[in-house]
Amino acid sequence: MKRMSLWEYANPKKFMATTNVVLPWISVLAAICLVVGLVWGFFFTPDDFRQGSTVKIIYLHVPSALMAINAWLMMLVASLIWLVRRHHVSALAARAAAPVGITFTLIALFTGAVWGQPMWGTWWAWDPRLTSFLILFLFYLGYVALWEAVENPDTAADLTSVLCIVGSVFALLSRYAVNFWNQGLHQGATLSMDKEENIADIFWYPLLVAIAGFVLLFVALVLMRTRTEIRARRLHALQMRERMG
Amino acid sequence: MPELGKYAVWVLSAYGVSLALIVAIVLQTVLRARRVRERLDKAEARRGNG
Repeated sequence: MKRMSLWEYANPKKFMATTNVVLPWISVLAAICLVVGLVWGFFFTPDDFRQGSTVKIIYLHVPSALMAINAWLMMLVASLIWLVRRHHVSALAARAAAPVGITFTLIALFTGAVWGQPMWGTWWAWDPRLTSFLILFLFYLGYVALWEAVENPDTAADLTSVLCIVGSVFALLSRYAVNFWNQGLHQGATLSMDKEENIADIFWYPLLVAIAGFVLLFVALVLMRTRTEIRARRLHALQMRERMG
Repeated sequence: MPELGKYAVWVLSAYGVSLALIVAIVLQTVLRARRVRERLDKAEARRGNG
């Protein structure tokens, strides 16, 4: 029996064929989890005794912040694969993930601000976690701008990969800054393996479903966008050939 | 509709803006995918005829 290897998906044809089958399923699952998680969280969970109804923002804020960081880490892995093994699909997947990561970062920043205002009395604080998250957002913008600015796709992939490695410091800082500095307004991890530290089950279960929805939405969007990037590259090659006669 | 009390504006704006951003990225992804696919199909058809 032939052994399957992960590297087979670096072949654009294999990638297109496989994602053509799995993408509709992932998209439907993402929609179901998102709708169930958000509707459950918004309509069927009680207010928190301290935070009142603002606790409902958790179903947007935590999953989007989690995905903003993990999207960058996924881009880091894809960029490293590009730098080491020169697989074009991995470079295109990293490129495809960036706008999705920007969207999740924006959602996390916005929901954090509108949650912070009534709870902390301020929209923003130069707290280690918030500041590193804002810098991560700027890295996302720079990453997309760099892809657009460099005409040669391989050079663009090289430069953006290096930028991604540098930006990973801030992706990790935005996750662990609270532990490093132990200061600032932002609380520690919302999700913990420690039962004592974790949030109550009544908030935890819908939050888990919402997180699953955000993860699946990210996967679905990245797969679809990577497919588009592969097609765009093929289109560019055909247009160049046409021009050269 | 749940009773959101004095925080209704904060909660509803969080959901409104977040859902708008999600819809925007989904729409942008789907529309660009369709546009690129159509252009590629045309280019491949021209190549086949040529």
